Amino acid sequence: MDLSDGLTLPAAFFMPGTSSFSDFLANHSPDLLPGKRLQAGVASMTVEAPHGTTIVAIAHTTGVILAGDRRATMGNVIAQRDMEKVFQADEYSAVGIAGTAGVAVELVRLFQVELEHYEKIEGVTLSLEGKANRLSLLIRNNLPMAMQGLAVVPMFAGYDLEVTDPAAAGRIFSYDVTGGRYEERKFHSVGSGSVYARGALKKLYRDDFSESDAVLSSVHALYDAADDDAATGGPDLTRRIYPVITSVTAAGFRRLGDDEVAGITEQVVNERMEHPGGPQAPLQ
Amino acid sequence: MTMPFGYVSPEQVMKDRADYARKGIARGRAVLVMTYADGILFVAENPSSALHKISEIYDRIGFAAVGKYNEFENLRVAGVRMADLRGYSYDRRDVTGRALANTYAQILGTIFSSGGDKPFEVEITVAEVGETSATDQLYRLTYDGSVADEQDIVVMGGSADSIGNALREGHRADLPLDEGLRLAVSALTNADGENREIAAASLEVAILDRTRPRRTFRRLPDAAVAQSLGAS
Repeated sequence: MDLSDGLTLPAAFFMPGTSSFSDFLANHSPDLLPGKRLQAGVASMTVEAPHGTTIVAIAHTTGVILAGDRRATMGNVIAQRDMEKVFQADEYSAVGIAGTAGVAVELVRLFQVELEHYEKIEGVTLSLEGKANRLSLLIRNNLPMAMQGLAVVPMFAGYDLEVTDPAAAGRIFSYDVTGGRYEERKFHSVGSGSVYARGALKKLYRDDFSESDAVLSSVHALYDAADDDAATGGPDLTRRIYPVITSVTAAGFRRLGDDEVAGITEQVVNERMEHPGGPQAPLQ
Repeated sequence: MTMPFGYVSPEQVMKDRADYARKGIARGRAVLVMTYADGILFVAENPSSALHKISEIYDRIGFAAVGKYNEFENLRVAGVRMADLRGYSYDRRDVTGRALANTYAQILGTIFSSGGDKPFEVEITVAEVGETSATDQLYRLTYDGSVADEQDIVVMGGSADSIGNALREGHRADLPLDEGLRLAVSALTNADGENREIAAASLEVAILDRTRPRRTFRRLPDAAVAQSLGAS
């Protein structure tokens, strides 16, 4: 029977067979989807909008951490100095964003609802790959906007509950603007300062990293990114603005408290007073 | 004036439809929804662990239903879509149990009074947990689209009256979860004067817990239910 006959809710609300919120939106109110608002005639224009920058992810022996700096830039101007670019995706995953801030934040919001919606309708959560693939699709749908210069490049990290060994359960996925999805081993970084952050992590990373080692090295990596990339913000001790650091383990998602991050950041800054280049790796 | 052949008065039509729906609903096992100190407790006798009678709609809103599974499942999915759409396009705080109950009432009412289709054989409770127990809301919706704003306790399905009476006798606003669960299960097992055993595995139990941040809905696993019931 057609439940929508003369009813308050349109047929899309009763459509069987889909557990996806973005599919529902595409059917019911496509204008709410990011990337569907491209209008004819503006395709050749470029828009200047705030950009978010560096995100790092590091897997460790009990899970994975995802951290990001706080700066958003618009050309040579700092658009925001306390922006948050790392978010909880669901109970066992986190997502960080680099690229056009406005579109990216909207994309994350949609992704969060997408995961929760599936969980509520199906009664079970998606697998970690399922979540990563879903994010891929959302990015692919944004391709027309990316071609106008409004690109979003997220990084996704989560704890895979189907993996029995906790040292292998923290997994990291990176993306390109076309929605290509790549699983990364051990650590990865995206955004304008990622080259420097990745260089730092290459020297700092050890296979037996605990969560606190990973957190400390993420602050070092972000410091190095800010050191050489103007668009990445370093720790702002005078305003007490520190990186956002999140952790996902078997116990679920956790965002480190401001006091905790403040302590670690101050420690890193003090060390840098002695060695501006950061910890020195043994040559042999 | 002569009546045309096959004429049935509107009163009779509505009565037949109501009887039809009521019979379908009373056949099923009961589901109960009641407030306790830290939120709202849902208990259903449901041997299936996959086909739920109780579910999460949104951060502070839960859904319980009896009757035909495919019919209330349709309504539940529509409710989740409506809540998520509203939360996504406005804000999470703008999703309310009242709006959802109103929409369900419209849907059920239209289907009940429209000529062709059979009425839905369902009864639904939309529960919304508040910041304090004074702001907890329970909306009971029946097959014909009537809405009732209930206080503290709703029982739907078979033996509803007998279970409701037992619950009302033992209910207090400051009931802890363990005690509330024991009261609920004892009311279910002693319904209509019989005394049945119900294993923890065939109980579906969930809560809206106001002390949790954001998503307050949580299912209680069988082991936790068995432990609460054992610790009397």
